[in-house]
This record gives sequence, C-alpha cells and structure tokens, in this order.
Amino acid sequence: MTMALHPSVEEVWHWLSEVPDPEIPVISLTELGIIRDVEWRDDVMVVTVTPTYSGCPATTVINLDIERALAEKGLANVRLQRQLSPAWTTDWISAEGRDKLRAYGIAPPIDGTAADGVLMKRIDRLSGRSNFMIACPRCQSTNTEKISQFGSTPCKASYRCTDCLEPFDYFKCI
Amino acid sequence: MATATLEPDVDQSALFEFLLRIGDNALILGHRVSEWCGHAPALEEDIALANTALDLIGQTQLWLGLAGEVEGEGRSADNLAYLRDGFEFRNILLVERPNGDYGKTLMRQFLFDAWHYLLLKALKGSAEKRIADIAEKTFKEVSYHLNRSRDLVIRLGDGSAESHRRMQEALDDLWPYTGEMFVGDTIDAALAGAGIIPAPQSLKIGWDEIVADALSESTLVKPADGYMHKGGRRGVHTEHLGYILSELQFLQRAYPGAVW
Repeated sequence: MTMALHPSVEEVWHWLSEVPDPEIPVISLTELGIIRDVEWRDDVMVVTVTPTYSGCPATTVINLDIERALAEKGLANVRLQRQLSPAWTTDWISAEGRDKLRAYGIAPPIDGTAADGVLMKRIDRLSGRSNFMIACPRCQSTNTEKISQFGSTPCKASYRCTDCLEPFDYFKCI
Repeated sequence: MATATLEPDVDQSALFEFLLRIGDNALILGHRVSEWCGHAPALEEDIALANTALDLIGQTQLWLGLAGEVEGEGRSADNLAYLRDGFEFRNILLVERPNGDYGKTLMRQFLFDAWHYLLLKALKGSAEKRIADIAEKTFKEVSYHLNRSRDLVIRLGDGSAESHRRMQEALDDLWPYTGEMFVGDTIDAALAGAGIIPAPQSLKIGWDEIVADALSESTLVKPADGYMHKGGRRGVHTEHLGYILSELQFLQRAYPGAVW
C-alpha cells in the first residue's frame, strides 16, 4: 500500500516518459525535454514543467495529460509547477526524440543551434538557404530551402526539398 | 542553505505600472495582428502572422500575470486584459494603429520588433528575477519576429514600384508614433535606477542602428524626426483603442465570468 502511495521519483519519470506530446504524439513529454524536475514534497508529487513557447496552446493540454496519467497510476496529490528559467531550448530534445520526429516526417532541430538572439546574416537572408544542413525527412537530401520561418505550429518552420519536392516541417531551433 | 531572496527596494506600484506597459503592448499588438487571421495575402503569411500573434498573447499572459501578482489585489491576467477600460491601458500608440494594408502591418511590426528585441535583451539582466525570467523566454521568440519583419520590409521596400510606394507611405505614416518608445517618466527613472529596467532613451541608439540598416537596404527613406505622438503609456489613447477593446472584451462584458 505504501508503495502505491509513494512511488519512487524514477518510477514517476518513467510514467511521464509514456505521456505523448498532444500535438506531435510520436514524441513523449520527457523526450521533448519539458519536464524539468520530479520530486516529493512531503506527500505532494511536484512536477516542474517548462513551456516550449509562451503562447503554445498545447501547454494547458499537457498539464491536464500529466495529471490524468499520474492519476491513472494512483497519484492524486500532484502539483504542477511552471518554470520559465532556464528557458526551454530545442537542444533539450533527446536523441531518441529526434529519431522519432524524423520518422514521423518532421526534420528534427539541429543540435546546438538554439536561437541565441543573433540576427540573421544578410547573406543567409538573401539566399533563402539555411546555414545548417537540414535534411529532407523523406529522401534525406540536404538540398532544402526555407518556405517560411513559421509553420503549422509555433515550434515549426516550413521547408521544401528541392530534390524530391516534398514540403516538410522543420522543428525550428529556439 | 537558506538564501534570502533579494527583493530590489522599489515601489511596487511603479513595478505594476511597468508590467502593464509591457504587457499591454503585447496584448494590443497581438490582437491587431490576429485580425489578419484568414485574410493575409498568402497562406504562409497567414500562418506566420497567426504565430506571431500567438506568441504575443502568450507573452501577455506572462507579463499581466506577474502584474496581477505584484499588485496583490487578486487580479489575474484575464481580469486585467478583459476588465479594464481604455484609460487604464498603458500600451504605446504605435501598436493600436490600424492594420492598413499588408505593408503597413509589416512596417508597424518591424518598428516595434526592433525596439521589443532591444528592450527584452536588456531586461534579461533585470535585478528583478521574475522579469529577467520572462525576458529570457520571450527574447528568443521576438528574435524570430524581428528577423521576419525586417526581411519583409527589405523585400517589399526594394521590391516593385508599387510595393516600394506602399512601404514608404507606411513608414511616413507610422514614424511619428515611434518617439514614444524612448521617452521616460518618473516611473521609468525609479525602475531604471534600481536596475530593473533599462532607461527608455538608452535603447534609442541600438534601435536607430537596426532601423537605419534595414531602411538603407530596403531603399526606403527615413522620415525626418518631427512631432511625435505620445500618451499611451499614461492612458491617453487614440480613438482606435476603444474599437479594439469593444471586440477584445466583448465576451466578458456581455457574459461576465463566462468560462469554457
């Protein structure tokens, strides 16, 4: 009985790793890197979550999904805590998460290229080419070009493969 | 280890006022930009604008949420957005300017983004941690906004004769609303003195640089600095704000407390 009431922190992390992102269900919340901390404070399970984008409409759904998933495991006394700093970055998406995104048809973010607030260089703007090698998730060609910095959700940009002509989403770096 | 939270010794009402100013800018511009949803000239543009509006509304929740916390009267971000009258809004007049044509919307966005970018960059080092945290998050989003609006101002300015004409017209029309961004008052002085915000006038050099750079590339001519409209930051608005609020606040005014 006590086991059910006080599962280990590792156990809770494991449960959260099975909760899918509501907009990109192939990737879990832990793979997305938005669960920052899991800890017991007396009898309360405190889960610290960081938002991807300030206005991401999925944030509310994510919180509900976490509560529901933990309730199903018998954890009722759960508190969700929002943490803004350090701000979420696409660098926190796990390697497995990136593979799953690619298989799903979304080019994963290039690691270590999180937006640092540096304005785009003139040459990159004029060429319309990215300075990174973004591979087409369909044919793997790196002959790709940006259609728009903004895509189907706040976290994605629209790209096109100039070899196979496939338009695709690129998980943009932030 | 017990670390005392360092609360900068500053008048909380000044802090509240600043948070309304920055939050209302995001709210009113976010609303203006969202008016384009379903009407932009190309699908990609529609999506980009809707995403920009979404970022700004999300940022509003953070800023006005903190404003309510600082005020300590139990007002939420929703209360502040939906239940204040026009004279209680603190946004600059630039963001309430009508959308006009697409060129004017983009020019307004660029002039604002360049300032917003510099303001948030400075706020990342704020002595008030809650402000620094929000700035760290929102600065990344606003970098994307500025990259995009600057790119389009250049493309359209240095585009066809017609697009050039419209962009120059937009610039001339909006220019008299840019001065308000750099005029400080006693509230700004108190907060800047405590290291919480940058002095508004300190952002002018960087803004001039970003704007001059983009305008020269866009072949647009920077208007002369003449009379500058101001008043929004102390609640004196143009007639346009009332129309925005009548739409933005309609639901909560007609059906008080409605939830879904």
